[in-house]
Amino acid sequence: MNQAISAAIADEMRADPDVIVLGEDVAVAEGPFKTSAGLLDEFGPLRVRDTPISEMGFLGAAVGAAATGLRPVVEIMFVEFLGVALDQLSTEGAKFHYLSGGRVTVPLTIRASVGAGLGFGTQHSQTLESWVMGTPGLKLAVASGPASAYGLMRAAIRDDNPIVVLEPRRLYAQREDVTTGPEGVIPLGIARQVVDGDDATIVALGSTVGTTAQAEAAASWSADVIDLQSLQPWDRDTVYESVARTGRLVTVEENPLFGGWGADIVAAVAADLFGELKAPPLRITAPDVPVPFGKELEERYMPSSDYINEQVTGLLHTGRVPSPWWEAEKGSP
Amino acid sequence: MSMPDNRLERRQALHEDRRARYERMVEIRALENKVQDLFDEGLVHGTTHLCLGQEAVAVGVAAAARVSDTVTCTYRGHGVALALGLTPVDLLGEILGREIGSIGGIGGSMHLCEPDVGLLPTFAIVGAGIPVAAGAALTAQVRGTDDAALAVFGDGSTNIGAFHEALNLASIWNLPVVFVCENNQYGEYSRIDLTTPVDDIAVRAQAYNMPSEVVDGQDPDNAADAVAAALMRARTGGGPTLIEMKTYRYAGHSRADTAPYRPEGEFERWYEKDPIVNYGRQLVDEGLLSGDDLDAVKTLVDESIAAAVETVLASPAPPMAAMFDNVLAP
Repeated sequence: MNQAISAAIADEMRADPDVIVLGEDVAVAEGPFKTSAGLLDEFGPLRVRDTPISEMGFLGAAVGAAATGLRPVVEIMFVEFLGVALDQLSTEGAKFHYLSGGRVTVPLTIRASVGAGLGFGTQHSQTLESWVMGTPGLKLAVASGPASAYGLMRAAIRDDNPIVVLEPRRLYAQREDVTTGPEGVIPLGIARQVVDGDDATIVALGSTVGTTAQAEAAASWSADVIDLQSLQPWDRDTVYESVARTGRLVTVEENPLFGGWGADIVAAVAADLFGELKAPPLRITAPDVPVPFGKELEERYMPSSDYINEQVTGLLHTGRVPSPWWEAEKGSP
Repeated sequence: MSMPDNRLERRQALHEDRRARYERMVEIRALENKVQDLFDEGLVHGTTHLCLGQEAVAVGVAAAARVSDTVTCTYRGHGVALALGLTPVDLLGEILGREIGSIGGIGGSMHLCEPDVGLLPTFAIVGAGIPVAAGAALTAQVRGTDDAALAVFGDGSTNIGAFHEALNLASIWNLPVVFVCENNQYGEYSRIDLTTPVDDIAVRAQAYNMPSEVVDGQDPDNAADAVAAALMRARTGGGPTLIEMKTYRYAGHSRADTAPYRPEGEFERWYEKDPIVNYGRQLVDEGLLSGDDLDAVKTLVDESIAAAVETVLASPAPPMAAMFDNVLAP
């Protein structure tokens, strides 16, 4: 996936001289995850810049550069580092178009690695969609693999709004054939149906897309598996069409239960398709804890394909939402 | 004597004519006083932050910068906006929440914008505009133009990370940006010596290997000359500059604050340096204006502000649908 990201940025930089790349160690070192390989060589130090460890400074500068005509692509090495720069994203960049009567645009792409699975510990393993998804004026997309990363990245760089593109860290090493060029671009706000099935609609995002498809392949049931791809805006039509047919909605999220993105999908479907549902919506998530480090604990934290299989099987057999694994683990208080 | 009502002409006047600088300072003060009156009369909701006493900084910055330069400024920005060329109707319309305002009544007192004269949306978060100005300078550098950017911010902003990160970035990248600190002696309700361990903000530039200067911010020509020199350095590859304008905030932090914390005699000492009184006297001494002319400027400005208030009060609030416009670019 890291190669696909480098290729997408390079293709946009070739197409438009206003595209620049900023971030910590993105130029000479080509990014700690090698997501800007070859960019400095091809496009030079004016357009590909290593920054100080100073997210508020360089993200703020990217907002200013975007507002005055460039199309910056900013790497936030770990999404957690966005915390020190959130003002520039949520309160400045996201509001410029609104607070200029539509006369200033901020074509800014912010890339950040997210998620658990690599043993980076509590402060480098979160997904944090929730920091971004509730801010009008921002778009949010999440890559689920190489082709997805390539297509979403190109669309994001071309878009005239500030967009956060989240990249699951543990997928950087994933390899697959990617269609490059215009055919490879994935429009924002459109979901992708990964698997067709009958018994349920399972909406996944980022790292959980692959895990969910794996679970479905091994299961005794079949389901539509939908890669949401964009969270802001999200593709109601594709989700609604599927749920109207299957009658069951499941979301699979690599984030704590409370405040996760799935809650909004579930709320919308429950409100709009109440009469079509054969079972209560099920959210499969991580527990409401910080991400633990120990290898077995970290693996347990993320929804695994076995766990997804169990949960959906439980829903189909009982018609009720099964307890999450941690209820048994925690025992009685 | 006549006052242009076109934004670009209003800006141009400050470059060419020192009498226009005087007029604009009188206009800023008259508008700020009118804003306070309108709040006191209950005609507007929300809050406001007046720049009374700081008129020369605003006029100096606008006189030195050109319209293709980008300016970021703060929520205490009525003066800078008027100086850059926005009209009293632009401001009063926005402050009173009318469709005729700078951004259609969506923003209020703290949110003004006018790309035609280089003003990005003004910043209601302390310090936030400083790195954004560095980014506008990055655009000029990448595109190879000789435009520059200016960040106008208060002394209170220089204790937040955004200030330090922006200066550091501007220095290592040699960006064409001028950092203009309006040191009005107060950060919100706190006097500067209670929050800031240096007497001169300008010394903070040393940490970033950046030239800096302390300037008397109560004289618009002084202010303009200092900014013009820094802009020239920026345009010719000399990199960023920090300019500290010593000035004074006559009003409290916001509309409800009467500044009871001000030490006795401080206001009076600063009023001796009042930018409008002194600059008027200077222009009379130089024979550019007569005493009668000064009175005529005041009358003309008061009439123009009164007319603007009348226009704005007679104009509609934004339609309900306006809140849905411009959330995202198409």
